[in-house]
Parts: sequence; structure tokens; C-alpha cells
Amino acid sequence: MLDPRSDDARRVEGLWWVLFWISCAVVAVVTGFLLAAARRRRAELHSEGETDEDDIDRRPVPWGDRFVVIAGAAIPGGILAGSFAFSLAVLNDMGSTDDRPLEVEVVGHTWWWEVRYPNGAVTANEIRIPVGETVRLGLPTADVIHSFWVPELQVKKDQIPGADNQLSVVADHAGRFRGQCAEFCGLQHAHMEILVVAMAPDEFDNWVEREAEPAAEPEGAEAEDGRQIFERASCAGCHTIRGTSAEGVLGPDLTHLADRETLGAGVVRLTPESLAAFITDPQDDKPGVSMPPTELTPDQVDAVVAYLMELE
Amino acid sequence: MTTTAAPEASATTISTVERLEAVWAEPPGLGSWLGTVDHKRIGLRYFYTGMAFFVAGGIESLLIRTQLAGPDLDVIGPEAFNQLFSMHGITMMFLFAMPVLSGFGNYFVPLMIGARDMAFPRLNAFGYWVLLASGFFLYSSFLVGRAPNAGWFNYVPLSGEAFTPAINIDYYAVGLIFLGISSTGGAINFIVTILKLRAPGMIVSRIPIFVWGELAMALQIVFALPALTLVSVLLLLDRKFDFHFFDADAGGDPLLWQHLFWVFGHPEVYIVALPGFGIASAIIPTWVRRPIVGYTYIVIGELSVALIGFGVWVHHMFAVGLPNITLGFISLASFMVAIPSSIQVFAWLATLVAGRPVLRTPLLFVLGFIFIFVIGGVTGVMFAAIPFDQGVHDSYFVVAHLHYVLVGSAVFPIFAAVYHWGPKITGRLLDDRLGKVSFWLMFVGFNLAFFPQHLLGLFGMPRRVYTYDSDLGWGGYNMASTIGAFMLAVGILVTIVNWFRSRTRGAPAGNDPWRGETLEWYASSPPAHYNFVTIPTVHGREPMWDQPELAEGVQSPEDGGRPLTDGHVTLSTSMLDARPQAIVHMPHASVWPFLLTVALLVLAFAVLLDNWALTIAALVASVGGLVGWYWPRGQTQET
Amino acid sequence: MTTTHDALLGETGIPGELLPQRYDGPRAFGWWGMVWLIGTEATLFALLIASYFYLRFRNGPIWPPDGIATPELALPLIMTAILWSSSIPVHMAHTGIRAGNVTRLKVGLAAGFVLGATFLVMTLGVEWPEKLDEFGPTTNAYGSLFYTLTGFHGAHVLAGLMLSLWTQVRAWQGAFDESRHLTVQNFTMYWHFVDVVWAFVLATIYLTPHL
Repeated sequence: MLDPRSDDARRVEGLWWVLFWISCAVVAVVTGFLLAAARRRRAELHSEGETDEDDIDRRPVPWGDRFVVIAGAAIPGGILAGSFAFSLAVLNDMGSTDDRPLEVEVVGHTWWWEVRYPNGAVTANEIRIPVGETVRLGLPTADVIHSFWVPELQVKKDQIPGADNQLSVVADHAGRFRGQCAEFCGLQHAHMEILVVAMAPDEFDNWVEREAEPAAEPEGAEAEDGRQIFERASCAGCHTIRGTSAEGVLGPDLTHLADRETLGAGVVRLTPESLAAFITDPQDDKPGVSMPPTELTPDQVDAVVAYLMELE
Repeated sequence: MTTTAAPEASATTISTVERLEAVWAEPPGLGSWLGTVDHKRIGLRYFYTGMAFFVAGGIESLLIRTQLAGPDLDVIGPEAFNQLFSMHGITMMFLFAMPVLSGFGNYFVPLMIGARDMAFPRLNAFGYWVLLASGFFLYSSFLVGRAPNAGWFNYVPLSGEAFTPAINIDYYAVGLIFLGISSTGGAINFIVTILKLRAPGMIVSRIPIFVWGELAMALQIVFALPALTLVSVLLLLDRKFDFHFFDADAGGDPLLWQHLFWVFGHPEVYIVALPGFGIASAIIPTWVRRPIVGYTYIVIGELSVALIGFGVWVHHMFAVGLPNITLGFISLASFMVAIPSSIQVFAWLATLVAGRPVLRTPLLFVLGFIFIFVIGGVTGVMFAAIPFDQGVHDSYFVVAHLHYVLVGSAVFPIFAAVYHWGPKITGRLLDDRLGKVSFWLMFVGFNLAFFPQHLLGLFGMPRRVYTYDSDLGWGGYNMASTIGAFMLAVGILVTIVNWFRSRTRGAPAGNDPWRGETLEWYASSPPAHYNFVTIPTVHGREPMWDQPELAEGVQSPEDGGRPLTDGHVTLSTSMLDARPQAIVHMPHASVWPFLLTVALLVLAFAVLLDNWALTIAALVASVGGLVGWYWPRGQTQET
Repeated sequence: MTTTHDALLGETGIPGELLPQRYDGPRAFGWWGMVWLIGTEATLFALLIASYFYLRFRNGPIWPPDGIATPELALPLIMTAILWSSSIPVHMAHTGIRAGNVTRLKVGLAAGFVLGATFLVMTLGVEWPEKLDEFGPTTNAYGSLFYTLTGFHGAHVLAGLMLSLWTQVRAWQGAFDESRHLTVQNFTMYWHFVDVVWAFVLATIYLTPHL
């Protein structure tokens, strides 16, 4: 929230600072009174020989009621009403009026994000968007409640079965923005990161066109081997690589896997070594994930890795 | 060892005491231990049991904080972590805060209103046994490695059969339904006691504020617990019998869970906070040597929080996709609910500044409470602002806020009460120096543990994560938080040690070590079984300060004191103006509340394990328990 | 002078002051206990009914959904007549014991029990089997709501029948007279409460779909 990268995020940051300074003032006032009271302290509950009249002060406090009403109700009431009005104004200002946004569907899964573009491009865990344009995210879920959250862009909305939630995102300059699932969704809720990458509009157009294309043909014998193994082994039962016979839909689409920065929704950076380790036993990196340890031999794993690392 | 009235007790007083002792004393032995209906014994049990669960919940939190002390640690795996944070929340809310605050209520409400017991002594005993049984039930889940693991608010569909088929969630639902019986029975008991059992002369405007706080809490429980009971039953029906309340594919809605849960859940936080406020209002006057300022406003404040608290539950759901206009109304109510709390804070500040504070441990904990709670309160107001809430919802900013308000408004007042009322309970003073050490460790430790969490939330750390990446820069703040947590734990330990040391080595307290203003100081320390030699007539809000005959000994019948020695009796009075109405015969000790609890515990396990034959048998046994409870003893005629 | 437990008035210890030792209605704690118990149970039903309407409006214009027929009114109205008419003998039982008439008490309680039991038998033996031909609690959310709402109410009727039995046993033991019959009062209050809840259940499930 303190690092806003969009107009909406800036508005909320502004709201935060207003509320923050008001809060500091309130805490300061209260602390002031506590300290003032402490300065009036007496050492003992009752001193030797003190009568009850000295000991206990029964005098009325003429300013008491007025103080409680003004300091306790009237002034806070005014501040609260003002804060409410201001917060509504900020809420009103947010969002976008673009009537032809780019519509991207982000489906929540345990524990990864499926990203689908209108032109047929499908990827996972990374969303690329064009700078300065409104992107409208559709937010369904495939299983439990998740929540799409990117702090720097000030967007958060829950993904709820049966609901048709949507969110508008606008990035005002290029960059990488890290997000994370915000609603507890089970064992690996901690490892459900999403990366939003904002790119110049023409770069984005090139990227999304490429992303919609089927997978590159393997180059070299090992990669060719890898593709065959992938299509015949259990991999194809869960994953799709468009342009091959692998059409599984339980796990992420891997057509352009090598284009992504991380593996397992952010649990490790994507390198040939980390990919090999992840395929061999994903439970090591992400215990509880649906993908089981592999039945392939280490050589077979290397071949598959060689193939997958070519899929840009 | 009870201390009786002033040295110059008359012969009449001594024979009165003998007769009261004969009627009210509970003979030692298993029957009395299982069947006691003495509100003081029961209150003390609530306190000890609640504090034991506090330690359990604390250990859970230290394990959590150890795992989170640095990035990518492997101290606790995700399954264990999920069970730990879920049970931490469940334990602290249901097995610590509510029981201990009810426990203080149980012990001190009858004393403060000048009664000899609660309105329903056997229901009181039953409430305790059910607390113990349901706590045992919930914690037995750890023995089988299946503690609830979907958080204390347990959202569906994650907590549904499809995604968590194992009994973790059944433990949650059955356990909370079971525990709800105790809370609800206790609440009804408090309401009737406070309305009907007050000493003559204790008109509505003379009721101690701690008693008002327990009444506000009880009224909330009566109307909020049904939501939790209902939603737990619906979840069990979905899970065990394939019903479809929360199933979006069959016309149900996961949001129904959220609405019903938070209709309970938001009042629940005030159920925890309002008695804490009441404790502060009880302690401040004694320790600043003057009556409270703004009594009427404080009382209106307590009741208003209780009422408005039912209207803001949707602010826990600002990110689910509801229309902005709905959110707007809830936002307004959520801003406004701050006002009755603010009124109380400033009334306390006025009293503190108008009086002459004595900075010993009880007052220190109250000052700490005010400081911490106000910080929690201002972040709470921030949450009322919809766009800000949507940014920090489900982040560590929430964790920081909730601990500031809950530890502030429950834990610190409870510790203040331990030092303020401990001597009344045990007859011994606690060590004040140790108390101050405990306070400072807890105060500094708490702030170190939870202040950095505000920043973590603003930086984007979600809640309920078992680990986080090393390149996010969150490690330093988490480490500070962990260190603070351990410091807080040490501070708590110091008070625990202090309590047990004082039981044997503390200086004798006498009836009224602080020269307090309310009627609990009229009784001895610890109070006799019958509480008061005579049930007093009061003429003001601070009877011990106003009426010297109370402070100096026993109020005689000439001054309005009623011995009521003919049997196991106390006095009932009218609701508003506390005129004596009737002599009430109280039940003696009975093992039936305990036996009924055993039947219900068997029922709970039977439902948990889908054993329907045993369920029927346990239901029959429970009905038998009720029959045994109410079966007339001695005379067939209705009393 | 020591007062026996049985006496109408007792001594408080203030010279000359005597207070009643027997009382009922709002002077009795047990009465308030029942009032507040009814309060929590009423809240439970209110929330269940609110859940019904919540799911109904989330489901859109067709209700009941999935081709389930709008519930017919004949059988429920008959059952309503039976249940509500049971309040008459129960009321008469109460006024009877207030006048000291133990026979009227016993007859009234027995008649109320029979009518209440008939209602329950009709629910479990006629209405539910009929409905189960068309849909069950596991068919969809509507089914879950229907059986849970009527089932919760039926469970409260069952509890009321057990309270009635208890009260009848105590009546036959000679426990009640015109100055003490708190159990009868409490039972009567509870029974009327169950009737009032039925009005809301009837309206919710059977009447509102026709609107």
C-alpha cells in the first residue's frame, strides 16, 4: 500500500495517510491524558492517620459530563463522520470508466492461478497487461475461496464459487508487481503468488499474440525425446501443451512455460535445475500440492526439462 | 480461612454466622466436588481452566511465531501450522477469554450486587462442566492429529466435505455447538441474576459498571450464539448428510456461511471486550480514590456497543463483491460504533485526571489497557473506510488490529483483575514488585510483538501463511515480532508465578485491602460460603464509601441488613428499583449437572464419529440427566 | 421463630418483616429462565428463516427451483389447525390449575399432548414421505432448507411433548396447586412459542412461494 503503482493505489495511499495522522493525534491526546494522570499520582492508597474525608474525594467534577460528551462523543463523531465522507469520496473516484476494457479471466485453483486471454492465450501464475489500459479481470474459482491481491496496484477481490466477481486494474507505468492469494485456501496458501507484468501496449500485443500460438517444435534429440515422454507419461493427464497431444486440465497450461519467472506459483525461480527437482518430487518444494512425485527416471526427467525449457 | 465481622461482634452476629455456616457450607468429599453450586468455587474453576487454556493458546502462538521468525523456515510444516493458528484463535476466543471473563463475573457479580449466589446455581455448575468437557473434546483432536485447520472462522468450501473430508472440521462444528450450551446458559444466568437478585436499594443507577458490563455481554450472547450454533449445524448437515446450504452448484451459497458466522463473530468481539471495559470501570475509582466520572454515559456506552455491534458484521466481508451501496451503510455503522467506546475511554481519562492515581499493578494494567485498546480502536476505524479495508483485508494489518483490541480489552483487564481481586479470592496479597515486572514485560513485549505487524500488512504480507520468501524484506519485522511474543510470554509467566507464590507466602489481605467502594469488599477474603452475614441495603453507587457500618463490620437489621438465616435462601428484588420481593430457596449441591455433561460429551463424540446408535443412546441418557436434575427431592410439591 | 420452607411467608431477619416464599410468573427466576431460553430459540429460527430468504433471492425468480412444485396448502393447513388447536386445551390446563382444578390440568395437558403428537406424526408420517417422492434434503438447497426448517420445528415440538409428559407426571404426583405451578406456566409459554414459530414456518415455506 505504501508503494502505489496506479492511480487507485495512490488514492488509497492518500486515504491511509489522512487516517494515519488523525490516529496519531488521537493516540497522542489519550497518551497526554494518561501522562497527566500519572503526574497527579499519590504514593499510597491511604496514609497513616488519614480520615476518609481526606482519603476519598467525593467532590463532584463539574466539567466531567461536558468533557465526556464533547471529547468522547461530539469531537470523535465529527472526525468519524468526516472520515466516512472522505472514504466514500475516494471509493467513488476509484475504478475506471473505460467501456471497452481488455477482459482477462483469472481462475483461482489450489494453489495456482489460471490466466486466460480473449484471443485463446492461456498461461499460469503470471499476468501480462498493457500499461495505461484498463484490464477487467474476471475472477472465478475452480475450487475453494481464493482472493486476488496485488498490493502495489491496490486491487483485491475474493474469488467465490457461484459469484461473478470482477476487478478493474490499470498500471500507469511498466513494471513487475507481486501479488499473493489473500484468502486462506489450505495447505499451500502461503505459496500462491501471482506476478503482474505491465508492458508497453505494442510489446503486450506481440506477447499475447505469441502466447496464443501453439508450442514451439522441439529442437534437438533430447528435447524431441522429452516431448514424447511428456505426451505418453502421466504429465499429459494433468497438463496441456497446445499443439501436442497433452490436453490435461488439472494443472497449469505449460505451452509457454519457459517464458515465466517462477515455478509452482512463486515457490522457486524457474531454472533447468529447479524444474528438474520440481518434476522429480514437487512435494519437496510445495508439500501437499496435487502433483505427485514422478515415475520417470532421472534421464527421462532431463529430457523433459530440455523440452520444456524451450517452450518460450 | 474466613474472617468474620469486626472484633466487637455481638452474640447475635455470632449465632447468625453459625446458622449461616451450617446451612451454606458444602461438606468436603467427592459429592461436593462434583456437585458444588457455590458460585465462588465455580467462578474460580472457570478462572483456572480458562487460564490453563490461555497457556495452551500461548504455546500455540509461540510455535507460530517461531516458524515465522525468519523466511523459509522449516520448524513447523503447513498442516501442523494450519492446525496451530486455527486452534490458537479458537482457544483464545472460546476457551480463554469468554470463560475467564465469565469466571470473574460468576465470582464477583453476586458479591457486587449483595446476593448469596447466582439465580440458577445448578445451571452455573453445568456451564462450567460443559466448558471443561468441550475444551477436552476440542483438544482431543490434537491427540489424533486432526485439530481444526481452516481457521477460527472456518470458511466454506474449504471447510466442506469436498476439500476437508477428515474430522478436523467436524471437531470444530460439534465442539462449538457443545460449548455454546455453556455460554448461553451462563448468559441467561447472568441476566436473571442481575435483574432480580440485587440488594435492596441497588436501583438501576447504582449498579456497578462491572455488573453492567457482564449484563451487556450476556445480552449479546443470548442473541449472537444462535447464529454460530445454526451455522455449525448447517455445516454438519452439509458435511455428513450431503445437504447443500453452502453448495453453489446446487442453489446454496458459500457466502451464507460468512454472513451467519459474522452475525455471531462481530458481537463476539464485543462479548470479549465489554466485560474488560467493566473491569476497568471497577478498578479505576478504587485506585484513583474517587467515584467514576460519567457513570450514565459509560452505561449507555456499554449497552450501545452491544446493540450497534449487531449491525456491522458485513465489514468482515468488504472484499467479497457486494454492491458498494450495501458496503456504504455498513461502513457508516462501523465508523459510528467507535463512539460509545470513545465515550467510555474519555470517562476513564476524566476520572484518572480528576483523581489521585496510585500507580500500583492493578492500575498499571488498566493504563496499559487504555493505551493498547485506543491504538486498536483507531486502526479499527481505518478498517471502516472501504477502500483502505480492501487494501489490508486478510493481511497482517488485521492480525495487528485484532490483537491490539483483544489483548488490550481482554488480557490486560484480566491481569488487572488478577491483582485487584486476587486478594479477595485467595485472602493474600500478590507481590506488587513482581506485578510491575510482569506489567512492563507484557506491555513492551506486546507492542514489540504486534506493532511491526501493522507494517507487514501494509507491505503486503497476507495472514495465515506458514512461511514467506526471503527476498521480500519481511524477515526483520517478523523477527522483532517473535522476540516480542516471547517477552510477552515471560511477562505472563511472572504473574502466574506471582499468583501461586502469593497463595502461600502473600501477606494476609483482610476484607478490604484497597478500601474499595463496591460490595465485594464487604465480604471477607475469601468470602464465606454465604457471602454476607447480612444482605445489605445500599443507598448509593459506592456503598463501602458511603455507609460506614458496612466498612466497619456487619450492617445490622436496624440499618437494613437482612440475615436471612432460615434455610438456604437469598433475597429477590424488583428489577428497576430493587425493592425486596421474595425469599428465594436455592438448590443444594447436585451431581446431575456433571452427569448430564458426561452424557453430552458422549453425544459429542458419537456425532463426531458418525455413530448413530451411540448418538441415540446418548440423547436418551441426556434426557435422563435432565429428568434426574429436576426430579423433586424431599417433597413432591413444587417449590 | 423459624419459618418452614413450606410456609407462604418467611422472615428476613428485620424485625416484623415477612416476604413471600412462593411465587410464580415474573417474580420467579425459572419463569425468566424460560423467557430467555425462548429468546435464544426464537433467534435461531429467525436466522434460519433469514437464510431461507437469502438463498431464495440468490437463486433468482424460479422458486422452488429445479422443477419442484410450489408446495400445496391443503395438508399444511390441516396440520396447522391441529397444532394451533392444541393450544386451547393447554391454555385451559393452565387456567385450571390457577383455579386449583387439578383435573382440568390433567385433562388439558393430555389433550394437548395428543394433538401435538398428531401434528408430529403427520409431519413425519404423511407430509415428509409425500415430499420425499419429489425431492429430498440432498436434492438441492431448497430441499435442504425445507427439511431443516420443518425438522427444526418438529424437534421443538418433540421437546415440547417431552416437557408435557414431565408436567403430566408431576401433575399426577400432586405437585401443583393454585399457588404453585411454575412448571405448568413454563410449559404453557414454551408450547405457545412453538405455535407462534409454526406461523412463521408456515408463512415462509408454504405461503411466500405463492406470492
